[in-house]
Amino acid sequence: MKPPAIVLTAPGTNRQNDAAFALEQAGAAPVCVDLLDLPGRRGEIERAKLIVIAGGFSYGDALGSGRVFALEAERLLGDLLPEKVSQGTPILGVCNGFQMLVRSGMLPGALQHNERGHFECRWVTLQPSSQLCVWTRGLEEPLRCPVAHGEGRYAAGTAVLEQLRSEDRVAFRYAADDYPANPNGSAEAIAGVCDSTGLVLGMMPHPENHVTERQGRAMVTVRKQGHALPLFRNGVVAALAS
Amino acid sequence: MKDTPLSTSGPSFTKVIKPCGAHRDRALTRQARQLGFAVVSLKASDIFFLRGETDTANLRLIVPRLLDDAQGEATRLEVGTATVPAGRLVIEVARRAGVTDRVATQLAESAARSGCCIEAATGSRFEMTGGSELPEKDLHFLVHNLLCNPVIETWSFGEVQPGFTSAPAAESSAVEIVPLCGRTPEALARINNDRALALDPEEMEAVAQYFTAEGRDPTDAELETIAQTWSDHCSHKTFAARIETEQGEVAPLLRQLRETTRAMKAPFVISAFDGNAGIVAFADGLRLAIKAETHNHPSAIEPFGGANTGVGGVIRDVLAAPARPVALTDILCFGPRELDHHDLPEGVLHPAVIEEGVVEGVADYGNKMGVPTVAGAVLYDAGYTANPLVFCGCVGEVLRGYDKLSGPQPGDRVVVVGGATGRDGIRGATFSSMTMDATTGEVAGASVQIGDPIIERLVADLLVELLDRPDPLVRALTDCGAGGLSSAVGELGEATGVSVDLTAVDRKYAGLQPWEVWLSEAQERMVLAVPPGQAAAVLERARHLGLSACDIGEFTGDRRLLVRHGAKPVVDLPMEFLHKGRPVRRLRAVLPSPDRRPDTKLREADISHALLALLSHPNIASKEAIIHRYDHEVLGATVIRPMAGSAQSGPSDGTVIAPPQRRSGFALGIGVNARYGLYDPEYMAHAVVDEAMRNVTVSGADPAQTALLDNFSWGDPRRPETLGDLVATVRGCCAAAQLYGAPFVSGKDSLNNEYVASDGTRRSIPPTLVITALAHVPEADRSIGTALRAAGHALVLTGRTTREFGGSHFNLVTGEESGTVPAPDPSAPARYRRIHALMREGLVESAHDVSEGGLAVTLAEMVIGGRLGVEATLGEPDECSALFSESLGRLVLEVREENIPRVLQSLGDEAAVIGGVVADYHLRLGTHRWDGAALERAWRGDA
Repeated sequence: MKPPAIVLTAPGTNRQNDAAFALEQAGAAPVCVDLLDLPGRRGEIERAKLIVIAGGFSYGDALGSGRVFALEAERLLGDLLPEKVSQGTPILGVCNGFQMLVRSGMLPGALQHNERGHFECRWVTLQPSSQLCVWTRGLEEPLRCPVAHGEGRYAAGTAVLEQLRSEDRVAFRYAADDYPANPNGSAEAIAGVCDSTGLVLGMMPHPENHVTERQGRAMVTVRKQGHALPLFRNGVVAALAS
Repeated sequence: MKDTPLSTSGPSFTKVIKPCGAHRDRALTRQARQLGFAVVSLKASDIFFLRGETDTANLRLIVPRLLDDAQGEATRLEVGTATVPAGRLVIEVARRAGVTDRVATQLAESAARSGCCIEAATGSRFEMTGGSELPEKDLHFLVHNLLCNPVIETWSFGEVQPGFTSAPAAESSAVEIVPLCGRTPEALARINNDRALALDPEEMEAVAQYFTAEGRDPTDAELETIAQTWSDHCSHKTFAARIETEQGEVAPLLRQLRETTRAMKAPFVISAFDGNAGIVAFADGLRLAIKAETHNHPSAIEPFGGANTGVGGVIRDVLAAPARPVALTDILCFGPRELDHHDLPEGVLHPAVIEEGVVEGVADYGNKMGVPTVAGAVLYDAGYTANPLVFCGCVGEVLRGYDKLSGPQPGDRVVVVGGATGRDGIRGATFSSMTMDATTGEVAGASVQIGDPIIERLVADLLVELLDRPDPLVRALTDCGAGGLSSAVGELGEATGVSVDLTAVDRKYAGLQPWEVWLSEAQERMVLAVPPGQAAAVLERARHLGLSACDIGEFTGDRRLLVRHGAKPVVDLPMEFLHKGRPVRRLRAVLPSPDRRPDTKLREADISHALLALLSHPNIASKEAIIHRYDHEVLGATVIRPMAGSAQSGPSDGTVIAPPQRRSGFALGIGVNARYGLYDPEYMAHAVVDEAMRNVTVSGADPAQTALLDNFSWGDPRRPETLGDLVATVRGCCAAAQLYGAPFVSGKDSLNNEYVASDGTRRSIPPTLVITALAHVPEADRSIGTALRAAGHALVLTGRTTREFGGSHFNLVTGEESGTVPAPDPSAPARYRRIHALMREGLVESAHDVSEGGLAVTLAEMVIGGRLGVEATLGEPDECSALFSESLGRLVLEVREENIPRVLQSLGDEAAVIGGVVADYHLRLGTHRWDGAALERAWRGDA
């Protein structure tokens, strides 16, 4: 059976179809639910086995990236997302979804303006590095996929960074520490982190934009190199296990 | 925040100051240095002005929740007046009332959700060190270029007064009567000028005659409606004009383009030069709408807002097709970045400032809409200093309901959806049809709109919901662009007649005059013709998405345009007069006589230096600093990107878009070369069509399944020489379209791109033609890029090189003037088709066109993209020509050794192996050698 998946959006989200396509390719059955559709469609989220919070510019990021998304999600969903995690549901926040998870306190740290001061879109190489995170567990090969954001510089206090390292919660690092490999100046080249359960992953790059060979063909030197579909397959495996 | 004492600044509002952070301070300081103010450093903060329920308890609730970044860099919020450290100059800026402000709107909305009823306005605060020593003139220059745009903001040293939008003002229903009847031509000219109507004297006369016959004078709104509808922007009166030349009358330019397309009978053309966008249907059920617009004058005076709404406007054109937007293009022309600010014409923003604002404006809209910006060009020329050009294009996938759009029927409702209407962007159509001068920025303030891409994102979602179905809920639609409701409602109701009530239009705030509601170019609005039975459902769906939606009247059947404000008549005009009453413009053209004699001059140059100079010329140099600011990946359909090679290190020719679910897709190619236009406008047209065709062909598209789009940006066509250049260019366009079998499906002209300096001298832009090619890519998996793939492959040059240097970039970097503009290549179309066939067989590894800078630049770019080397020999007719001539029709193909015979057999004597790919990162051409890293440094502008 294909696990039911929710792609959660808010007005201004724009990569929901990309995320839904990736989930389909990975064997899930995704539907998009917008905060505007709540509370009517709350039941679908309650029944979901997997949740992706998609990228874009929710509410225009008018008060800072992901802030209004987080406030509205809290107002409309209450504690539903943390409850889903306690039930074992894997959650992936990509880009604006990561920003939303950080703003809502489900992931530690902050996502600040890129060091260069503006939006940046380019392909990056990601080294998966967490065995705790259900999404990256078992991934060894580097992933190739694009970033597309203006506020993606991961920042956290030294204590938090130390804790993330010691608890195996740094899910992805950019291939190198300097620009452009690390496109936004993130601390310790961190591209993605997970929560203490390993179920909730937030990442700035867009793995959903490299799930077919053609999407990456011009960006790799070896066929199928850096394909990001295994990440979504991992999510589906974890969804089925929950 | 918790430790900061709360105090209010003045009796009426509270001010919250939030530092923007180091990234912003660095960028501002860098820009100041770029403008020649190395002594200045800047610190920026956002200001939030709050009023209403702003007692301490409420502020303690909402400020941390909505404004403070607890873990961010900007943790220190100051509420009230910030202290000013000694030695610093403080400049505060506030957005003017009525200008779209998403931050303020969101802040008030989110505060209300938290239980606090407040009003919000925004601004900025800058602390400047090193500024107090500057002369006042320089300080003002710096403020107006870097810190504040007076078109949309006010500023002062020290504290600024905020511009709360919700100033309560009584609704006005005043309708002014403008006395025209019986006026002398001089009096009419005065009215024309005072009201900025931009009508020709004959047109003013026709309007006066009409109202004289009616026995009454027009209302202000009627006169404005006519001026907008008859503007060059809306009615293309130059392209429809009768033009006399010394060789007799030529057919109206638009008719020439249309007839060329009609005569070609291309089966994939569904709709050409009709409605908001051109529509083509390729194999595999791929139906696409395409349109490109210019937003030149708004971008000159408010670069961010002008470019931002240029993108928003062209997206709405495609939405109105109706289609789902899937790709954006931008072609930008600026003055030189390094221009000394003392040499700027009065009232003109610095080119570097315009460039920064325009790029940010394009990026902001496209990125937030979630439509990839994938193709474009950037040109620099002193001719664009006072009048930059911003071409914005959009491609969309046609929605299923397209076939069922029947046009409005009498009784259908007139429904406006999207954003609410405010006092922004009034008179944009007439503004864009006028020449600019030093005061343009001041008087045209209201002509600039500020966009809200999130609203347009939701409008797009709504239209897809209403129209991507076999039984659409809408019978016709158009966007509110130039002229606002006056153009949109007037156009949509042309065949039936229409009656609307302006009191039903959703407003952002009270106090608008009826004519302002009617003319406002507030963004993100569409007008729909909805069957009465569906109107409630359409309004409900729009409101569910949080959009403004209002039913303002009905389509009638009396073929009149009837506008009321409650019971009061505002406009009452027959459609016939409005749309057909304009006298045909008569213009005189003096055709150019370019020098096309064969070039016998043998050039000598420092070859090694010339190539590096070409690579670092801003027109050829890497555009990556711009390209990477655009999201070119969203939607997951981008196959060939604007940067080539796995390290994204080289330039691409065309780009390819193919949704992952589909086998086929489309390619976009851009041709533009204003330098050729200075010498030979007709051959320029051939050259840029050829370039656009090559760009799509090398990417994997079928040149026989290609449609073209024309965009002309020109000076004042009432000058015979300027018009003559335009006539010659259109002739070239038509001939080239026929030659390549590529029909034009849409286009747009932007004329009067001129600036009159305070001493009366006119500056016109170079004649600039942009050609966009939209082509079918039958197998997206076969598309290729420009970057070299592997050592050991051979390089094949196809096409013939002759000595053609007129308007070349070689001339530009060496100071040469001589030579002829590259001539059309009649054998090119057949060659491109053979190359496409080879690519379908998988016989070509990479390919790159030969254009500005010639073969040497082409090979250098392939080297940089692939980070591999090239060794090649030089051919005919002489060393300089072989390297730098810009003859048309040429491509370099990278081919595996084993495929060479097959490729040469197909291309015959029009192809030759000139060298091969090597592993070492360098370029060797004959006896000349360049290090790959040196080429890359020159091209990327690294020191």
